[in-house]
Amino acid sequence: MKILNDSAVGKIHGINGPIIRVEHIRDTRDFFMSERVRVGEDGLMGEVVSLRNDPPLKTVTVQVYEDTAGLKPGTEVFGTGHPLSVRLAPGIAGHIFDGIGRQLDADGQTNDKKWPVRMLAKPGDKTNDGTFWSEVAETPSVIYKAILPIGAEGTVLSCVSDGEYTVDQVLLEIETPNGLRSFSLAQQQPVRVPRPIRRRLPLTRPLITGQRVIDGLFPIAKGGVAAIPGGFGTGKTMTQHQLAKWCDADLIVYIGCGERGNEMVEVLEDFSRLTDPRTGESLMARTVLIANTSDMPVAAREAGIYTGLAIAEGYRDMGYHVAVMADSTSRWAEALRELSGRMDEMPAEEGYPAYLASRLSAFYERAGYVENINGTEGSITIVGAVSPQGADFSEPVTQNTKRFVRCFWALDRRLAYARHFPAIDWMASYSGYAAELIQGEQAENRRKLLDILYEENRILEIIKLMGSESLPESQRLTLHMAKRIRGEFLRQDAYNPVDTFTPLSEQAAIVAGLLNG
Amino acid sequence: MNVEYLGAREIRGALLILEGVEDVAYDEIATITASDADTPPLTGRVIRIDGDVAVVLVFEGTRALSLTNTVTRFTGRPMTMPLSQEILGRTFNGMGRPMDGMGNISATVRLGINGTPVNPTHRIYPRGYVETGFSAIDGLLTLIRGQKLPIFTGDGLPHDRLAADIAANISTPSTAIVFAAMGVKHDIAEYFRRSLTESGALERSVLFLNLAGDPPTERIITPRCALTAAEYLAFDCGMDVLVILTDMTAYAEALREISSARGEIPSRKGYPGYLYSDLASLYERAGIIKGKCGSLTQIPILTMPGDDITHPVADLTGYITEGQIVLDRALYQRGIYPPINVLPSLSRLMKDGIGEGKTYKDHPDLAKRLFASYAKVSDARAMVSIVGEEDLSEADRKTLAFGRYFENDFIRQRQGESRTLEETLGLGWDLLSSVL
Repeated sequence: MKILNDSAVGKIHGINGPIIRVEHIRDTRDFFMSERVRVGEDGLMGEVVSLRNDPPLKTVTVQVYEDTAGLKPGTEVFGTGHPLSVRLAPGIAGHIFDGIGRQLDADGQTNDKKWPVRMLAKPGDKTNDGTFWSEVAETPSVIYKAILPIGAEGTVLSCVSDGEYTVDQVLLEIETPNGLRSFSLAQQQPVRVPRPIRRRLPLTRPLITGQRVIDGLFPIAKGGVAAIPGGFGTGKTMTQHQLAKWCDADLIVYIGCGERGNEMVEVLEDFSRLTDPRTGESLMARTVLIANTSDMPVAAREAGIYTGLAIAEGYRDMGYHVAVMADSTSRWAEALRELSGRMDEMPAEEGYPAYLASRLSAFYERAGYVENINGTEGSITIVGAVSPQGADFSEPVTQNTKRFVRCFWALDRRLAYARHFPAIDWMASYSGYAAELIQGEQAENRRKLLDILYEENRILEIIKLMGSESLPESQRLTLHMAKRIRGEFLRQDAYNPVDTFTPLSEQAAIVAGLLNG
Repeated sequence: MNVEYLGAREIRGALLILEGVEDVAYDEIATITASDADTPPLTGRVIRIDGDVAVVLVFEGTRALSLTNTVTRFTGRPMTMPLSQEILGRTFNGMGRPMDGMGNISATVRLGINGTPVNPTHRIYPRGYVETGFSAIDGLLTLIRGQKLPIFTGDGLPHDRLAADIAANISTPSTAIVFAAMGVKHDIAEYFRRSLTESGALERSVLFLNLAGDPPTERIITPRCALTAAEYLAFDCGMDVLVILTDMTAYAEALREISSARGEIPSRKGYPGYLYSDLASLYERAGIIKGKCGSLTQIPILTMPGDDITHPVADLTGYITEGQIVLDRALYQRGIYPPINVLPSLSRLMKDGIGEGKTYKDHPDLAKRLFASYAKVSDARAMVSIVGEEDLSEADRKTLAFGRYFENDFIRQRQGESRTLEETLGLGWDLLSSVL
């Protein structure tokens, strides 16, 4: 392994699962927080999570992203001098990565693959923060745009002509006030720091999902945040698959966080087979998968969420609308809890660390509809699944999530048992975006639909007490209408090739038919 | 490495804490003996290291060890299991050592018992239908080869019989059955052995027994040995392997016991915060792997304390496994076997394993209709308890009748009755057309 002369070096003192305590060897550079480290001869990847000075010793706590079985005290740990990062370069869209951004499938982000590059910059061009300087057709539906980072203001000194290049080849040189800088297609992006933006824009455009209960009753905006809480078997993953398949985003980042391996295979197989109705290409061509399945090391589960977000922000800066599916944020919170426990931190509620709420809020805050640093517009929509223990929505992860999302699609076990899917409970769900996104006649119809459903709920309560014999005719009519709304509008068959996606115009027609019929 | 460490700093529950150790690796296995007692050597695993202090979890328990008589030798390797085709037909204890008096296994390979995480792109999505002979399962909760489908049950319900019947019904010459008992009573283990003998599957079976009276810490190892044997049979020998793990609740309790001894911060009901990850490290070992011909199907059994489906073990299991078969006390009291309540039950892999070209074209449609019709039954029954059967509407009456026939004719099966899928589907359509 290559060791830099100025590396920070330490030796393992203690090991407790994925958490190792390292004694810093004096006379080398200090470790810094969030520094990526390499452990032992195999170079296991880890990250610095805390530092402590106990004269004469300095100790460093590291979370290791790989299996620590076989590690011994005394093993050397080296700082890389870089924070945990993901490499933004062509070869991401259409592929699958683990929680720390290592590719899991063959053939994609390989170092020697040559990409057809079309140069946008010419010698003599003025450059600025975020200037697009070249593009690559990454997949049939995604064009990768190489972006200059902040501080690349200057003049293009030289650049290659259009042609085929690898991601690490230097293609562009810029004369900046601080000297000459050269660029390749690849860019290291620290995962825990949000990429800069110029400003946030109001959320006024819907993310169209083709799912009637969402678009019609509880819509989400591009750049918005939604949570899908539900007990096991209520269809969280299914709902996220449906959104990932049919929503009108340009790119989907699907983060499988502590979930089933087979579900990842299902996405890979299904999405490769299905056609994106907007581009006519395979759905996989606009999808990035981050897979940290439940049998993979727990620390990488914690990092996977950020790896996914860093990729999403990279594409947002190219001017795309990105939708991030995080399945499941509860597993991520549990990873936080496990790591926190191993570090002997003082717990707050149900063993979760006290920083659970702030980590969740920082995560959801990375969504938004923004003006990028180069003036283009892009958005990140985040949909997080929540897996409450015992389907009890009062547990800490659901409660803390609720504080930071404006769209809440509560899944209900009774609906799922009756095989009413999507099992989104219209009595418990809400959308803070509805007033902005649904207006005019549609808003009026939405209000009518909800009225009928609420009224049905009230009548059903009465029936439970009195039976249905004595109901007045008007209430019978309401029940009849509500039943049709549930059966023909709310319920949607994901496996039926036609019913799986309903365009907005058809949705409006169905609603009009239900209300007037 | 032949260094022996004499004595200990602390012994607490199953934990042995040593001081002054050198060159010990995390997760490595140690052999422990009491120098003055004539007991067989114990096995332990390093679960924490702090400088020269090592915490060793002793699987068989620390009885007879003292602060001075303890002799510990570190083996320098994680726990492995010797394996060859000879394991078929054999019985092992909870630590994976032969206990049937037929001698040691002459191994062709030694495999680590912890398994390794599977790169999802190396998996094949399971789609192959398995006929269990039970209408409730085949028709509505179809079992797929390579699936992990647990039985959620309660004390006194016939989960053992159901698991044994499924094992007998799906058994073919290329099927192997791996049975792992964790903290179950000896007569249950005996029941499985007898049942496997009667169906002729015993010679293709491997049994791992940690019984109710055996050391609880050993239960952490038992399912891992069983799954390692199963992976060997599936992916090295190309067999279709069914693994029955029982009782997962006892397993989780053992985990809780150790966690408590380690002084870890508990989450729900005292279970450790990593219960989910730990269970997943077992359940995720089911599946089909690219380039290998066998498959590994799991039917874990877990008893829900107080029949509570929100209990942490059931709850976390449901989040990991690909569905669940839920047994129902009320059905069982009415003499219905198998007492499967299909509404809270689910087979997540069913959708891609049934229908045209896989089972029958009308299978998905029938399942959907039966679910929809049966979902109304409990509402109608609730209505009866309010207004009485006299004042029911005609539709509600039909629904009630459907519920009775569905439970008595479709769900219920006679002793030894095994139905083909064709019979199951025929029965389902008859029921829908005659009653509704």
